[in-house]
Formats: sequence, C-alpha cells, structure tokens
Amino acid sequence: MELYRLKAHELRDLIHNKEVKCTEVTETLLNRIDEVDDKIGAFLYVAREEAMDAAKNVDDKISKGEKIGDLAGIPVAVKDNISVKGMQNTCGSKILQGYKAPYDAHLVENLKKENAIILGKTNMDEFAMGSSNETSAYKMVKNPWDLDRVPGGSSGGSAAAVAAFEAPLSLGTETGGSVRQPASLCGVVGLKPTYGRVSRYGVVAFGSTLDQVGPMARDVEDCAMIAEAISGLDDRDSTTADITVQDYKKSLNKDIRGKRIGIPKEYFGEGLNDGIRKSVEEAVKVLEDNGAIVEECSLPLSEYALAAYYIIGSAEASSNLARFDGVRYGYRAKEIEDAVDLYYKSRSQGFGKEVKRRIMLGTYALSAGYYDAYYKKALKVRNLIKKDFERIFKEFDAIISPTSPTTAFKLGEKINDPLSMYLSDIYTVPVNIAGIPAISVPCGMVDGMPVGLQVMGNYYREDTLFNLAYSFEQSTDWHKKFANI
Amino acid sequence: MSVIKKDVEYVAKLARLEFTEDEKEALINDLNSILGYIDKLNELDTEDVDIVVNPYYLENKFREDEVQPSLQLKDVIDNAPKHLEEYIVVPRVVE
Repeated sequence: MELYRLKAHELRDLIHNKEVKCTEVTETLLNRIDEVDDKIGAFLYVAREEAMDAAKNVDDKISKGEKIGDLAGIPVAVKDNISVKGMQNTCGSKILQGYKAPYDAHLVENLKKENAIILGKTNMDEFAMGSSNETSAYKMVKNPWDLDRVPGGSSGGSAAAVAAFEAPLSLGTETGGSVRQPASLCGVVGLKPTYGRVSRYGVVAFGSTLDQVGPMARDVEDCAMIAEAISGLDDRDSTTADITVQDYKKSLNKDIRGKRIGIPKEYFGEGLNDGIRKSVEEAVKVLEDNGAIVEECSLPLSEYALAAYYIIGSAEASSNLARFDGVRYGYRAKEIEDAVDLYYKSRSQGFGKEVKRRIMLGTYALSAGYYDAYYKKALKVRNLIKKDFERIFKEFDAIISPTSPTTAFKLGEKINDPLSMYLSDIYTVPVNIAGIPAISVPCGMVDGMPVGLQVMGNYYREDTLFNLAYSFEQSTDWHKKFANI
Repeated sequence: MSVIKKDVEYVAKLARLEFTEDEKEALINDLNSILGYIDKLNELDTEDVDIVVNPYYLENKFREDEVQPSLQLKDVIDNAPKHLEEYIVVPRVVE
C-alpha cells in the first residue's frame, strides 16, 4: 500500500519504529499532490521546500535519539486563513494576494513544536464565506468522489485534500459549519471543538464569537490526535479556556453503554433526503446496539438560531473585514483620487461579490439606530439558544443529526430547494451560536456520494464526541471507503 | 419599514464600498432580508434576557505590562504596497 494512503496513526507507528523516514513520507505526499491536485484544486500553495527541510530536520532529531511525539513527521495541510510564517495567507481572496504571514498562528506553533510537517495552504471560500468553495477568488475545488461536484465549504480544500490522499490530516475553520459540512460531503471526519478550545491567534477572523479551527482526517483516531495537539490555553487569545485538554486517546474505545443520545424531532422533517435519513437511522441503531440509550428530544429554537446567526455572523464579519483597506498589506488599487478613495477602490476591487454582500448586511445591522434592535436582539436570542442546549445536556450526553440534508451538489448548481438550504444551515449553525463542540463522521453513501453523521456534545466534552464517533466508526466499514482517485 | 436605495448608499459609504446601480438594486433585496430575520427574532420575548456575546463565559484576563518582542519590522514592511525605509507610504490625507 502506498504511503500516502495510510492514516496518520499508521504513519506515526512506521516513523516511530524507524521503518520509514519522515522525508519519505513527506516526499510521497508531495508527489501525490503533483499527481492529482490539477484535478482537485485543493491547494493554493504547496510548501515543497519548507516541508522537505522540516522533514529532514525531524529525521535528524530521530537519528540523534531525541524523544518525539505522535505528530512527528506527519504532514498536515492548513487552510489558507491560518497564519504560517513566511507563507501566503490569501483567505481565498484577491485582497490578500502577495501577503506573507509574518508570524505563526498559536496552533501552528504547537504543530511545529510537535514536529508535524506543514504541507501547504488549502483552498477555501473567500474569507470563509460560503458552503461550496465556489467563491474562492483563485480556483474551484472538486469533490474527489465526483469531480463534477462541490467539496462543500468553506474549508473545501482541506476536506478534499484529506479525501484525495493529498494529506493525512488537515485543518479548516468554522463559523457556521465550514468544517463539518465539507467533511460530510467528502466522506471524512471533521471536528468543530468547543468555542475557546483552540486559540484563534493567527487565524483570520470572520465572526469572532463563532470562529473555531477544526481538524479533518480519515478516521476518528487521527482526528483526535491532531485535535489534542492544537487545543489549549493561549495568553494571546483571551477567549481560550483554562480548562485541561483531555487525553482523547482514552475516549477511543467502543464502550458507550449508558450514554444518552437525543434525536431532535425538528431535524427529521421535510427537505431531508430519504437516503440520508435512512443512513442516520441505521447509524442510530448501531449506537443502540453498542449500549447507548436513544430518545427523541426537541430543540424548538433551532430556526431562531439561523436568524440570529445571519445577523451576528455578518455583523462581526463587517467589523473584522474593515482592516482590509489597501493601506498596510494586500491589494492596493492603482487609479485612486485621494486617501479615502484608496479605501473604496481597494476594497471594492479586492473583495468578491459574496464578501461585499455580507459586509453590507453586517454594517447595516450595526449602524446607528439599528444596533440595539438588530445586533443586540440577536445576542439575546443567542442566550436563549444557549439555554436550550444547556437544558438538553442535563438529560442527554449527545445530540445526533445528519450533518447535511443533501449529499454534494453539482458545481454551479445552487441548491434550489429552499427547504434544503434551510435545513443545511439548521443542522450546523446552532452549534456555532451556542459554542458547543460537534463532530461529523462518515455514515453512509447515497448514489455514490458520502453521508455524514453529526454528533453534538456539551461544552468541553470532546471526549464524549470521540467516544461515540469511535464506537460507531469501528462497528461499521464506512471509514474503509475511499474516493477512487 | 423597508430598505430603499438611499439606505444602501449610506451603508456602502460606512463600509467604504462602491457599487453599480444594478448591484445596488440587488442589495436593497439583501438588506431587506435582514428585516426578515429580525421579524423572526421578534417572535421571541427577550424582555428579561441578557445579551450573550461570548458563547462560553470566560473571565477577563489581564497580563503584566511587560514589553515583549513584536513583529519583525522587515516582515511587516515587505507586505506594504508601497514603502520608504521603515514607513508605509500612503496618499496625502491632510491638505
């Protein structure tokens, strides 16, 4: 079996047993990227030299007998809105073309400390605004399972890279489902940690109270491995929690006896593809067979979470994107009349249509006279939604739903069914509003395209998520199905 | 109360964005959708509800007022669209 097809934990074992060199591993993945990325489009930058240098370094450390961790020599693809010093950080936008990150994100520092290898920067919807990777200013990403279909978004590049064996691990970001949804559409595992679990220092902000970095991998064990490495307190991000990062390895067992799982009745109505409904129902049976107690529950405020998200998300985005003005970095318009015109031209020419639309929505919601009625109202509803989840987690350990109501749609085909569009946000967005963690795990196939199962958990209970996900995964064969590419 | 073109122009000015007339028309619809979301949210009684900014309550964190190394000047200046030595060059602002 070629090295690039192995999981991260399998590569780890080979590296630790000195059966393979880190340079071999990195080289095989770089070659794999050369072989398939023209078709996929997952990478905006392949860090060939940097990765080979880093891999050589780790080999030197190993031959000197230095102690190494799980991620040593393991290549990781990083979404192009997470700062890696010396590399581009376009955020999928022309407005940051040419910009080189002058520092590492905190989580990247962690990865480098663990001797992981940064393979390159992955493609994304512009400024993380989208769910299909179609708004990238550079190029589209194709779903490895069907090159006519989208990978999902906004972390489309990161999901596709893992699904196409271009990287064993990748990192994406979420504001409203942008890790879980592409993970589901590409048949890989994707986690959104609890808000505050992973430092956002060095991660370009979209919605500061919603954003979280999330790992993607081809199985739960791999996902847990990198999740642990990137989590933890960071003095430079005061929203990170001083709560111990659990040893996620301990959760990787099939025993889920007595775990109480809730199925929200609002999530299984019209608009949900029948094949997906069936896959999720079968998944629930597997969990029951493994000892979980499954019952119906209710999340009546889900539809309000959506309205609150559109307001909070765009409001925060309008504020966060004010810094892109052509002055200190990135794109600066040439034909300008004066200093203020520099802002107008640089921003209007540098930003794409969807980004400008969301900035307008957010600016409106925050403008004088509306701030209280719109933004603050949304923040009050946020409180109610939080309470809704807290109520559920008194009775249940986890909530299950499909991750997406449809499988990957065709490139260029906007989902026309309004009920589907609505459901596709309903499944993912409430999680970001409340800040709770959630994981998506492959649980089926419909017409040759992957289906994801979403497990949502209580604050800082990623251990429960990994436990349930692992138990399900190891009782089925979905994690052994791969895109034929 | 519905959004009109003047509102779009005002918001565009705040956001430092320029649009064609056609784009402005489309944006009228988009901004009106916000009103739709608000109507939805107004179905809920939030009279006695506090706002929640951060989804998971955390305390304010302070640090000692110590000087730490910042970004490398060279890396910062390399990113500037136009520079002169360690200054970023911009069009004249004050007459």
